[in-house]
Amino acid sequence: MSLDQKTIEETISDLPLPQRVINNLMTELKTTKVTKKQLDDIITRTLAVYDYSRIEAGEAAGVVSAQSIGEPGTQMTMRTFHYAGVAEINVTLGLPRLIEIVDARKNPSTPMLTIFLEKDYAFDRDKARELAWKIEATNISVLGSMSTDIVEMKVIVELNRKAVAQRNMTAKEIAKKINEELAVFVEVSGDNLIMKPEKPSYRELLQLVKNVQSIILKGIKGIKRVVIRKEESGEYVLYTEGSVLKEVLAIEGVDPTRTRTNNINEIFDVMGIEAARASLIHEATETLREQGLTVDVRHIMLVADIMTVDGDVKPIGRHGISGEKASVLARAAFEVTVSHLLDSGLSGDIDELRGVTENVIVGQPIRLGTGNVKLIAKKQA
Amino acid sequence: MKEKEITGREFKPLDHVMVPRHEIIDEAEINKILAEYEIVKEQMPKIRVSDPVALEIKARVGDVVRIIRKSQTADKAVFYRLVIA
Repeated sequence: MSLDQKTIEETISDLPLPQRVINNLMTELKTTKVTKKQLDDIITRTLAVYDYSRIEAGEAAGVVSAQSIGEPGTQMTMRTFHYAGVAEINVTLGLPRLIEIVDARKNPSTPMLTIFLEKDYAFDRDKARELAWKIEATNISVLGSMSTDIVEMKVIVELNRKAVAQRNMTAKEIAKKINEELAVFVEVSGDNLIMKPEKPSYRELLQLVKNVQSIILKGIKGIKRVVIRKEESGEYVLYTEGSVLKEVLAIEGVDPTRTRTNNINEIFDVMGIEAARASLIHEATETLREQGLTVDVRHIMLVADIMTVDGDVKPIGRHGISGEKASVLARAAFEVTVSHLLDSGLSGDIDELRGVTENVIVGQPIRLGTGNVKLIAKKQA
Repeated sequence: MKEKEITGREFKPLDHVMVPRHEIIDEAEINKILAEYEIVKEQMPKIRVSDPVALEIKARVGDVVRIIRKSQTADKAVFYRLVIA
């Protein structure tokens, strides 16, 4: 007699197996009729195969991961710049990007935001463009040309009417903004803005020009460029050069559930350690994939896990993981040998010789594989 | 500099697709987990009390947070972190 669906589901869902295996079993068993005995047999065999596929306790998982990422790494291009996805935006790719990721750099060389839009905006080109103007940092130089009148000691800005209108601004608004930022009187005459420095000196005049140029009239400071792209799904997505996640997320129309940055530390600050881990995995996988290399995600997950276990994003290397090893000899073998030996000599550190490196140095078997097993003799009574 | 204008929209980290579900678990469950893995609390992975998600779920130092991740390999993976200062 074959079992009904409900009993099968109940028996399977509590098995000590990963969700995916359980799901696969479920789908398979939906189409096949099994008896109680058959089901038990399937379960025992699945459990056995799963158990067999699991990594052995004491296996050198880290070394395997290091090799599995390191070997494809040798095939990566040394060239830094590439144009991926968005044609107009430069992104660091290849080996330099991978190094940047594992080093957990505070500021990546090409920070970039991928801004997804909310439903009402995502399929409307005009609305998407409007948002883009709202985000992109705009200064005076894109809105018009600036000149100085040395005789009358004044700065004249000739606004480009089209550029101003496109950004949904007016000459008056711009004048007001400059006035707020610099506290100088701005005279508006038609499309021209006229400003005078406090003291009529040539130096002051040049300083004023500089100051006006540095004002961000509209948009978010740090976002140099915004590119709109229509994805295959028909939805418009904004890509930016420069990344200020927190401020962008606060803008109406930006989808705060999908928008992301390639700056892992920024993700950590805004969304926490778990998002940082997810982002590390995503960025590393994407970098490798873009180069046509496939590395099992488990290896990358291990790296991401070790970088985020302590609640902060820690780099691999001297200032991070490798620099925190318990063993003096292991640290000394990695980088800056003398200072490690000197410091621990001064403080009288003890090396327990538990790791791999230190045991190789002293010429003992490492505690892995055969070296992991210890024989204990039982004295005859 | 002038103060930034804020649109009044507050960002909730837990709504983001990259942030998995976090929940604070009680003492009994903590002990069960510690027994299962044969560890003490301090050996658990950590999460800062100042972490945006820890703030959102109002975790306190000493709490243990259960994190239910969407895993690429196992579909669902459960992880635990101890809240530290």
